[in-house]
Amino acid sequence: MIRLPLVLLFSAFLFSTGIYGVLARRNAVMVLMAIELLLNAVNVNLIAFAAELQDITGVVFALFVIAVAAAEVGIGLAIVILLFRNRASINVDEVDLLKW
Amino acid sequence: MIPTPALEFRPILPEILLCTFAIVGMLYEAFARRPDPVPHLAIAIVGIGPAAVTAYALWDWSGPSYVLGDTVAVDRFSVVSRFVLLGAAFVGCLYYTHYASRDPGSFRGEFYPLTLFATAGMTLITAANDLIVIFLALELLSLSLYVLTGITGRRRASEAAMKYFLLGAFSSAFFLYGVAMAYGAATSTKIVGVAAPGIVQALAGQTGSQALALLAMALLVVGFAFKVSAAPFHMWTPDVYQGAPTPVVAFMGAATKVAAFFALIRVFDVGLQPLTWDWTPVIYGLAVVSIVVGSVVAIAQRDVKRLLAYSSIAHAGFILTGLTAANSTGIGAAMFYLVAYAVVTLGAFGIVMLVSARGEEQTSLDAYAGLARRSPGLAALMTVFLLSLGGIPPTAGFIAKVTVFSAAIGAGNWPLAVVGVVASVVAAYFYVRVIVYMYMREPAEGIESDDGVMPRIAAGVLAAGIVVLGIFPGILTGILEPASIVRW
Repeated sequence: MIRLPLVLLFSAFLFSTGIYGVLARRNAVMVLMAIELLLNAVNVNLIAFAAELQDITGVVFALFVIAVAAAEVGIGLAIVILLFRNRASINVDEVDLLKW
Repeated sequence: MIPTPALEFRPILPEILLCTFAIVGMLYEAFARRPDPVPHLAIAIVGIGPAAVTAYALWDWSGPSYVLGDTVAVDRFSVVSRFVLLGAAFVGCLYYTHYASRDPGSFRGEFYPLTLFATAGMTLITAANDLIVIFLALELLSLSLYVLTGITGRRRASEAAMKYFLLGAFSSAFFLYGVAMAYGAATSTKIVGVAAPGIVQALAGQTGSQALALLAMALLVVGFAFKVSAAPFHMWTPDVYQGAPTPVVAFMGAATKVAAFFALIRVFDVGLQPLTWDWTPVIYGLAVVSIVVGSVVAIAQRDVKRLLAYSSIAHAGFILTGLTAANSTGIGAAMFYLVAYAVVTLGAFGIVMLVSARGEEQTSLDAYAGLARRSPGLAALMTVFLLSLGGIPPTAGFIAKVTVFSAAIGAGNWPLAVVGVVASVVAAYFYVRVIVYMYMREPAEGIESDDGVMPRIAAGVLAAGIVVLGIFPGILTGILEPASIVRW
């Protein structure tokens, strides 16, 4: 039996890694992968709570999140391709036409 | 064995209709030899019209308050939001039909199905009583809007879509983490549980972990603040407003704010009601920062779309001001503000679309120089919208500001009201500056505005509504009063 706080810590670590990835990575595909990490950190949380609370909702929710994550990546990659066609680069630092 | 909940589909008929006709529109786009804007618009209207009728049928709902396994709430609160959102979708579709007719090569029929899907997500999020449904509806509307932002495929639009997507997905992850924490704290994702205790019952009874509940509250605030573009989570707003095609901005600017705020009200004023003393200071802080950042940074803007984007950040702050009251007066004030804001945003961006006759080139302030001489009608309409945004009588914006400030003062938050009033004075400067450009500058050479009739009629009706609401606010407050009591 793994104790709940340990799992929550693990998931918080995973989430923090994802945040670091979103903020520090310059390649749009890498940022997308970091966002996947964020969503999967939440999945770990949901499953841990579901196991601890003996409740099915968390498991069902995790399945929904997996489906949503797939849709999000689909849209994200489409936008990355659109950007690449327009600029021949997917570096998020070079996306600078719009600024105040 | 999971028990099957009783199925009562009438409360989600508007969403079912919207999704059905969105799919019809997609099939038309896929199988028609040459897809044309007019049939697309007809399909969209056939979806939106009956959706509004079925939403209206819920006004005097006598069945259970929570249906479909307690995941969807049926109340007048959600009926009001559905009407506003469906109206925004209708006007957005009208605008796009005109926008596409100016440059038939850039027409993308996907606009209509995506708008209907986004609207379905928005209407569902305001009626949802389950954080899972709220999350799914949030994703449905966000994913549709990411695509709509980049629908023209131009450079600026694709950049805006990229920024919107990355920041939006990032904020959704925070929201989702908050939902997971709320689930851990309450053993349920229902906001109000009927069959089993929901979040509000668990928090009121303090059966779960208080630390998890507070963490959930903080993360949910971040998620919602991104969606309503409250500072300091507003970074995407100016870029997306400037880069996206104007009809999309009109729809998105008006409808996203309405949907996200209605969902925020339900989650915080109902679900997290036992934590009111913990979340009011957070909302208070967000309101101050949004009002100040939005009003001050807008002064430096030379592009009207960016100007309106910063103005929308300030308006998010004003709406949050009303919500700091955390009672039905505050909710009613915020609802009035949202309706007025949605109408003004739709109208103002309609004018922006007409002034910029070709594509998105003429959105700088200089394009508005001497507009009153070139097309007096457009200048007059724009003046009405700008006065309402600035909160100057006799427009609905004035009444809206008064009601949110009085709600905040009634709850003892008078320093916030003072900040709001001072910021309104600052904001009047940049709204009036646009009016000065329109009426007192010489028109620049070689700039033509569009002479489209349909968007002019739409904007005219919206402007008339603004003035009527400004003079007779009782018409709307009479409707909002029974709707502003969210039950639990």
